[in-house]
Amino acid sequence: MAGQAAGNANRKASGKAIVRAPREITHEGFLTHRRSRWLKIALFLSALAIAVYIFTDPQPRANGGSVAGYALGTIGALLIVWLSLIGLRKRIITSKPYSLKGWTSAHVYLGLSLIVIGTLHTGFQLGWNVHSAAYVLMMIVILSGIYGIIVYGRLPGKLSANRQEATQPQMLEAIRALDRQLDTAAQPLGKDEADLVRVSLEQTDIGGNLWQRLTGQQPNCGTAKARDAIQALVNQQMRTVKPDPRLTQILFLLERKSAALAQARRHIRMKTQLEIWLYLHVPATFALLAALIAHILSVFLYW
Amino acid sequence: MSAAAHAAKLGISHVLLEKTDHLSDTIYKYQKGKHVMATPSQLVLRAGGGLQFEAGKRETILGIWDEMTAAAKVNVKLNAEIKSIAGTGDPIPGSIQKTTTRNRDGTTVVKELQRLAPPYKLVTTSGEEIIADTIILAIGTQGNPNLLGCPGAQQPHIQYQLDDPAAYNDEHIFVFGGGDAGIENALGLAADAAQGNIVTLMNRGAEFSTAKDANVKALLAARDAGRINVMTETQPRAIEDEWVVLDTRDGEVRARCNRLIARIGSAPPRGFVEACGVEFASNDRLAFPKLSAVFESTAPGIFIVGALAGYPLIKHCMNQGHDVVEFINGNTELKPADEPILEAKFKGLPAGKSVSDWLEYLRSNVGILDGMSALQMREFMLDSEARAYRAGEVIFERNAPGSSLFGVADGQVLVEINPNDPSITVPIGKGEIFGEVGLISGRRRGATIRAGSDCVLVEISRSAALKLMSAVPAASREVTRITTLRSLLQIFKSGLGADDLTDVVASARIETIRAGQTIIKEGETGDDIYIIRSGSMVVEKTIGGKPVFLSYVPAGSYVGEMAVINGDARSATVRAAVKSDVIKLEGESFRSLLANKPELMARVRDDMASRIQHNAFIESKKDSFGGVVDMYSGVANFLVDNGIGEATDVLLIDEKLCVGCDNCEKACADSHDGLSRLDREAGRTYAHLHVPTSCRHCEHPHCMADCPPNAIHRGPTGEVYIDDTCIGCGNCQRNCPYGVIRMDKVPPKKPWLLNWLLFGQGPGPGEPSKKWSYKNAKKGVETPKKAVKCDMCTGQSGGPACVRACPTGAAIRVSPEQFLSVALLDRGAE
Repeated sequence: MAGQAAGNANRKASGKAIVRAPREITHEGFLTHRRSRWLKIALFLSALAIAVYIFTDPQPRANGGSVAGYALGTIGALLIVWLSLIGLRKRIITSKPYSLKGWTSAHVYLGLSLIVIGTLHTGFQLGWNVHSAAYVLMMIVILSGIYGIIVYGRLPGKLSANRQEATQPQMLEAIRALDRQLDTAAQPLGKDEADLVRVSLEQTDIGGNLWQRLTGQQPNCGTAKARDAIQALVNQQMRTVKPDPRLTQILFLLERKSAALAQARRHIRMKTQLEIWLYLHVPATFALLAALIAHILSVFLYW
Repeated sequence: MSAAAHAAKLGISHVLLEKTDHLSDTIYKYQKGKHVMATPSQLVLRAGGGLQFEAGKRETILGIWDEMTAAAKVNVKLNAEIKSIAGTGDPIPGSIQKTTTRNRDGTTVVKELQRLAPPYKLVTTSGEEIIADTIILAIGTQGNPNLLGCPGAQQPHIQYQLDDPAAYNDEHIFVFGGGDAGIENALGLAADAAQGNIVTLMNRGAEFSTAKDANVKALLAARDAGRINVMTETQPRAIEDEWVVLDTRDGEVRARCNRLIARIGSAPPRGFVEACGVEFASNDRLAFPKLSAVFESTAPGIFIVGALAGYPLIKHCMNQGHDVVEFINGNTELKPADEPILEAKFKGLPAGKSVSDWLEYLRSNVGILDGMSALQMREFMLDSEARAYRAGEVIFERNAPGSSLFGVADGQVLVEINPNDPSITVPIGKGEIFGEVGLISGRRRGATIRAGSDCVLVEISRSAALKLMSAVPAASREVTRITTLRSLLQIFKSGLGADDLTDVVASARIETIRAGQTIIKEGETGDDIYIIRSGSMVVEKTIGGKPVFLSYVPAGSYVGEMAVINGDARSATVRAAVKSDVIKLEGESFRSLLANKPELMARVRDDMASRIQHNAFIESKKDSFGGVVDMYSGVANFLVDNGIGEATDVLLIDEKLCVGCDNCEKACADSHDGLSRLDREAGRTYAHLHVPTSCRHCEHPHCMADCPPNAIHRGPTGEVYIDDTCIGCGNCQRNCPYGVIRMDKVPPKKPWLLNWLLFGQGPGPGEPSKKWSYKNAKKGVETPKKAVKCDMCTGQSGGPACVRACPTGAAIRVSPEQFLSVALLDRGAE
């Protein structure tokens, strides 16, 4: 132990104060990153593109093949390639200083500026060809991205409020715990009544298919059915005698399970909405890159 | 006994006098079945006369020893309690012993005693007389236990010893004291579940610094098994019939208690020893006798070994018994058993002195070490370092992390008091200490210190310093005095000198404040000033009937100056965010200091003005935007409730920005061997501000408190990290109140990222699933589970990966004083 301590002391002996990299001390979102630096750059770029479009007057008409058209096309193509690289930047964790938030901010605003740059590059000539296909794909990517910005802006606060400090595994565990309680509580019941509880235990799907995840609606939820049926039974008994305490206990558990399910489904709904657009955005980007290559090759080879 | 056995072996005339009717009374008095330990393990045993000693049960050891003393033909005299020891020779010229007895009313009586030369006459209580040339006192310190001082300490259910743990059934038993005796008592009482005892062990500190490692482990294991409750940073406040009131870290607790066993150390039987002509190191109640390096006391021929000499471990006592007989027998060349370890420590120093010369040199030159005996110095040095520095060499820099204490044995060091101008320095001379602020507060070094001349320093690790302060009260008081003085100088600067502060320091008192306890209450009168030594405080003011958070005050700041200057009632309430130590200065003495020092007055007024301005700003906001300030207050209180008061760097997630992509966790895993050290979703949330489960790098890290291989350190950027020597015991995981340490094995290496992107190979970014790790683990190679925690991404120039990799700006890592500032008001305004 003494030798150990000596070793440690030697390592710490430098007494050096290493200044650490400067950090942000307040929360600043990606939309307002560095006082909206990238918004300003994107606006400037778009304004420049519009000015070039207006002040050059190519003959016979505005076209991707004019000098201005080539310039816009080059900028646009480079932007598309750079924007798609965020997928790598996000996943390759290097040790040098970088800010993924800065990248997101630039990605968002420069991506939006592509609407102006790309559209002006077309000279408003669209048709059924590979060139327009690239344009349409680009717009699909951008529109899905706009949806992404909207949900990123609106949903996180609601997601957090709905969680109430519970994690997703905790929510699912809470439902399983209620299931175990229901199972125990249903043991003394008769077959008909126990079958109602089984509907809840066996026919409840927390997530469901994609549509159900996206909407959070599950019209055939076993728990809802079981709850309604047992509620009806209890109501019926109430009219005549005192209701069976075992049934009221089951009803209480089913109510709690419904509430837990509703919370979990809201959670899953929002998580799905936050992710779903990427399943369009990313594949469309790959398609766009392919169409872009086809567009550029065809322009230079077959013009 | 070791001495007598060795004497028997060497054929020296001897008699072993024993007070009771059996040998080895100390071990005899241990609980039945107690496991006796043989620490320190790296020390070789040199027991005399072939006595053996290995860790084992009390009964086994007693049996072996009885057999061996008989076999060695030791001359034993039982039932021989010694009443007095006096020299029968001529008076030794100039050797007059002064003993000071302090009466209850505070007055002292000084007695003088002329020492007489040996041979000594020993008188037993039965009147028998024995004449001896040399006496080895190995009487230990038992029989003089320290008593509880709290109200109700006279209650009959308080005891200071436990003979048979099996004698108590179905009781609520509290054991007070985190030393070996307390831990062993508690374990004994809880050993048999059928006894039905509910046992709680209380320890005043957070760490079990005086207990043996194996005991602490056994205690923690028993706690985890649910057999024992352990309360650290707790002490009894009052004892009532059947109940006890406790002071805990989180406030006052009242609990049922049928029996309270206090094992809070013991003081040497000083009166008897002094009457023998033995002088003690100081007048302090807990001081040890003055001894030479061969254990000879100031009375020639009387040697003292064992606990009375300051060394309570059995193995040392046995070695010392052996060594002393060797010395008496004329073997002066013998070196103590720990010699090689210490020799290595002094190797790097100039002017090759012997180990004992170095120890004496350090002891006599460094003020706080003065109260220690040569023996304690040896033990102390095992945990400390001695170093030589050339003139101008930097010892530590401002803002470097570090919690060790330095003592100047030779030369002088210079403190750079102005960070902007290194040429302005204050010297710290020979014999003094520095680095005490880091030791006490756990915060970074306040100033750069370099060697003013070639110097020899002793660096005392935090654990050694804590031991020193608990063993030598005089050192503790000295450290306290110097911290008080230096904090004042550092805080107020303004050309103050140590001489100006004498009165203020004399009026200073150190107080420990529980979390949540109020030191200053709004509206009350009072003019004391408080300096926060460790922990932190929050300042609140009632506005419109609601308490509003005004500011967060970290250690090293002061509060309460307004009342001193303007004489008004307190304008705000100050309460502790976590358990804190404060220095309380009396307003009167501070006011006279202010009157004499206009510069200081100006400075304090400046501080006060900026505080008033800050408070007025928040109050004005309260008038116009009440909701904003309520939110600000709420968030601040939420963070304080979640232990931010002891954090140095904490991960905070804004859940209005967090999209739940978990890229932070993935980045963490990918930059650290594939294991994530944070759990984003878990943790508390208030008003969309989320504190995920991730290390806060506490000022006094709880995880460091009990790490057997001493593998947890604070690194150069302030991060608390675990090195490769981790043995995977899990103590740190259990000690962390925030649950941020996990025990896991490093998963196998993943295929390259592009292989995943392009060909779907491997598990992709982030921590691989258990299933994948299991499937891809190298066959036949067992990877151990080790403790894993956040290291703040040290060595990565970009800073914490979790923050870098957050795509929306939801994650930031901040220090509490940065975050709990006015900037927080903007959050509420959103």
